[in-house]
Amino acid sequence: MTTSPLSEGIVSGRLASDQLSENFADLHPQLEDHEALVAADRCYFCHDAPCMTACPTDIDIPLFIRQIATGTPEAAAKTIFSQNILGGMCARVCPTETLCEEVCVRETAEGKPVEIGRLQRYATDILMDSGVHPFERDAPTGKKIAVVGAGPAGLAAAHRLAMYGHDVTVLDSRAKAGGLNEFGIASYKSVDNFAAREVDWLLSIGGITVETGKALGGDLTLDALTADFDAVFLGIGLGGVNALGAEGEDKDGVLDAVEFISDLRQASELGSVEIGRDVVVIGGGMTAVDAAVQAKLLGALNVSLVYRRGRDRMNASQFEQDLAASKGVRIITNASPKAVIGNGAVREIEFEYTDDDLSATGQTVRLAADQVFKAIGQTLEGSGLPDLDGRKIAVDGTGRTSVQGVWAGGDCAAGGDDLTVTAVAEGRDAAEDIHATLTA
Amino acid sequence: MANLESEFVGIKSPNPFWLASAPPTDKEYNVRRAFEAGWGGVVWKTLGEAGPPVVNVNGPRYGAIYGADRRLLGLNNIELITDRPLEVNLEEMTRVKRDYPDHALIASVMVPCEEDAWKKILPMIAETGCDGFELNFGCPHGMAERGMGSAVGQVPEYIEMVARWCKEATDLPVIVKLTPNITNVLYPAEAALRGGADAVSLINTINSITSVNLDVMSPEPMIDGKGTHGGYCGPAVKPIAMNMVAEIARNPETANLPISGIGGITTWRDAAEFMALGAGNVQVCTAAMTYGFKIVQEMISGLSQWMDEKGYESTADFVGMATPNVTDWQHLNLNHITKAEISQDDCIKCGRCYAACEDTSHQAIEMSEDRVFTVKDDECVACNLCVNVCPVENCITMRTLEPGEMDERTGKPVSDAYGSWLSHPNNPSVQAAE
Repeated sequence: MTTSPLSEGIVSGRLASDQLSENFADLHPQLEDHEALVAADRCYFCHDAPCMTACPTDIDIPLFIRQIATGTPEAAAKTIFSQNILGGMCARVCPTETLCEEVCVRETAEGKPVEIGRLQRYATDILMDSGVHPFERDAPTGKKIAVVGAGPAGLAAAHRLAMYGHDVTVLDSRAKAGGLNEFGIASYKSVDNFAAREVDWLLSIGGITVETGKALGGDLTLDALTADFDAVFLGIGLGGVNALGAEGEDKDGVLDAVEFISDLRQASELGSVEIGRDVVVIGGGMTAVDAAVQAKLLGALNVSLVYRRGRDRMNASQFEQDLAASKGVRIITNASPKAVIGNGAVREIEFEYTDDDLSATGQTVRLAADQVFKAIGQTLEGSGLPDLDGRKIAVDGTGRTSVQGVWAGGDCAAGGDDLTVTAVAEGRDAAEDIHATLTA
Repeated sequence: MANLESEFVGIKSPNPFWLASAPPTDKEYNVRRAFEAGWGGVVWKTLGEAGPPVVNVNGPRYGAIYGADRRLLGLNNIELITDRPLEVNLEEMTRVKRDYPDHALIASVMVPCEEDAWKKILPMIAETGCDGFELNFGCPHGMAERGMGSAVGQVPEYIEMVARWCKEATDLPVIVKLTPNITNVLYPAEAALRGGADAVSLINTINSITSVNLDVMSPEPMIDGKGTHGGYCGPAVKPIAMNMVAEIARNPETANLPISGIGGITTWRDAAEFMALGAGNVQVCTAAMTYGFKIVQEMISGLSQWMDEKGYESTADFVGMATPNVTDWQHLNLNHITKAEISQDDCIKCGRCYAACEDTSHQAIEMSEDRVFTVKDDECVACNLCVNVCPVENCITMRTLEPGEMDERTGKPVSDAYGSWLSHPNNPSVQAAE
C-alpha cells in the first residue's frame, strides 16, 4: 500500500480493501429468524399505537410485528408495503429513534423500544428476496401521468398510480432512478446495491416507464408536460446546494457533501475514492454526518464536523451524532465558517465561535483542512415551476400546486421533514388525489 | 387468494372467526366495532329470561396468570350472563343484524331447565333475525349454583332434553355449548346429538382459582375478602380444548356432528389447528379481550397466507384433515425411532437441555468443559424434553432413524415394519393370545 491515513493531501487507497469492506458493511445487519421472533415478541400490540401515529406513512406497525411473531413475515411485508412501497429502504434509513421507536411504549417503560426498524427490514427483505411483488395492477385506465423525479416521492407516486391502472412515465435527470436513495445516502445504510434492486422490484408492478437523463428545463417544460399528460407529479428534490458565504470557498478541495456521498455510492471500488487527511464537514444534519462518517471510514486521519449552533440544535439525531462520535468524528459546535485559507487549494479553514443566535463573538479558531465538505442544506432549482411557499413549491394537503393538473411532493414541496419516509407519504397521497381527480 | 368465507350449520360468515359469547359481545356498540374490525360473526353474550336481569359483583371479575413479561396466558372470570334487560339486547341484536346481514349473529341463551322457559324465549329471540342459537350449558360459576349453565352441561340427560325442547321451538340451527368440567366430553356431545342439536361448541371455561392473596388469605379475584372459583380461559386452556374437539371429531357416533372450536385461540395458527382437528369454525374471546378486536386482522392474513401456501381454496378443504391421525396410544408405532440432535451453530450454550436431561430424564446429553452440548445416542429415548426446554427455535430437533440404521440405545437395527403395543412381546394380552 502506497498511501495510508497519514498521507498528505487528497488521495485514494488510504485503507486496505478488506478494511474498507469491513468499514462499509451493513450498519444494521438483517435480524436472524430467532432474533426477529424475540424482537417481535416484545411488541404489546398497543391500541391506536403511538408508533403508527409517529410514522409519516402510517404503517400498521403492531399488526406487521404480530404477523412476524405468528410466522407470516410475508403478510407483515404486505402490511408495510400497502402503506409504504419503499418500506425496505425506510427500514434502513428512517431515523426511527426520532419517529416510531422514540414513542414506543417500551421506550417509556424500559428505555428500550421494540426494534421496529429492524423488524420492518426483516419482513420486507424476506418478501423482496423471494421475488414476489405483492400487488397487482388494476385494468388499464388509459390515463397518462408524468412523474418528474425518480426519488422516493416520485417512485411512491408512480407505484400507486400504476397500481390503479394508470400509465406512468417517470423522468429523471440522473442516469439511474432512485434519487437520494441511490445517490444521497451513506453506503453502509444501503449495501449490496439495495436502492437499485428496490427500484427494479417496485417497477415490476408494470405500467411504469422510466426515462433517465431528462430534467425539467430546456426542451422539457412543465407546460409541455401538462399538455401531453393527464396529470403531472413533481418530485424533483432539491438540486442546488447552499453556499457557505465564507471567503475563499471557491478554493480547490471545497466540495459539496452530497456530491461526495453520491460519488462514493456509485464508486465500483471504495479504494478508488479519494479522501483528504484532514477533512472538515460543515453542517449539522444527516448529510453532514453521512459525509463525515464515510470520510473517516475511508481512512481520513482527522475528520471534524463543525456546526454553527449547539449540539441540541443539530438536525442529525442523537443516534447519528453518536454514530459519528463512535467512528472517531470530532463534533465541534457553535462555530461558523469565516474564511477558507490556502494558496489555490484549501489548507486551513477559519471559524468564529457563535452562540445559538449566531451572534458573533470575535473569537476564531483555525482547523487544518485539505478537504472541506459543505453540508449546509440544499435548495430548489429550476424555473417555470408552480408558485413557491418560501423556497419550496407551495402545495395543499394532497400535494396540489398552484398549477392545475400539477402535484408535488418530497423535498421540493413545502411542509414536512426532508425525510425519505415523508417523501414516500407525500408521493403516495398525491397519487391518491390524482387518481381520485382523474376518475371523478 | 384463499377464500375464507365460511358456512357452519348453514350459517354463512365472511370468515370462520366468530367472537364467543362473552363480554366482547354484550352490546351493540361492541358488536358493531367487532364487525367493522373484521370478525366474521358473533355469539351474542348469553341472554337470560325476561324480567329483572341478573346482577354482577361490583368488585374484580377477572383473575389472570402470566408468562414472562406479563404476557397474559390465562384469564378467569366470575361474570354472569348479560346483566342488561332482555328487551334491550333484542332491540340491539335486531339493529345489528339488519345492518350486517352477511355476518353471523348467534344468540347464546341460558334460562331455567324448564320446557316453558326455553320454548317461550327462543321464538322471541328469533324475531331479531339472528342466525341461530347457542345453548349455554357451560358457565361453571354463579349460574350453575342456580341450576343453569354447567349444572345442565354436566348431566347428559338434561342436555338431550333441553336440546330437544329447543329444536321443537325453532327452525334455526341450535348449537350446544359444552362445559369441559366433566369426566368424558363424549357423553354430553352424544347427548346433544341425541337431542337433535345441529352442532356443539367447546370448550366453555374451566373451574379455576388463578391466585391467592397471601396477605388476606383469599382467592383472587377477591370480593370483600372472599373469592370463588371462576371460569378459566385463554391460551393456557387450548390443549385441553383441542383434545376435547378431537375426541368428539374422531368418535364414530359424533363424527358428523359439526363443532365450533373454542379455547385460547390467539393466532391464525391456533385457529388452523382447531379446524384441522375437526372444528368447522372457531370462536375467540380472550385474545380479543387482551389485544382488542384488531387482532382478527392477523388471523385473517395468516390463515389466508397459509391456505395459499398449502393450496387450500376454502376452509372446508382442511377441516378435519388431522382427525384421522388422532389415535389411541396403543396404535402408535413403537418401531418409529428418533434421536435428538443439537445444532451447534444455533446453540447458545445455556445448558437447559442438559439440566433437564441429566436431572430429570435419561442422562443422554453430554456437556464438555467448554460448554458444548451433544446428544448421547446410546442413552437418548427421544423424549423431546430437551426440544421443549430449549429457548432457541429449531436448535434441537428430532431426527428419524432410517430403517436398517442402528439404534445405539437398544443395539438393534431400526425395523421398517409397523409395530404397536398390540403386537409387542411385552404385552401380556399378546402372549395370552398365543
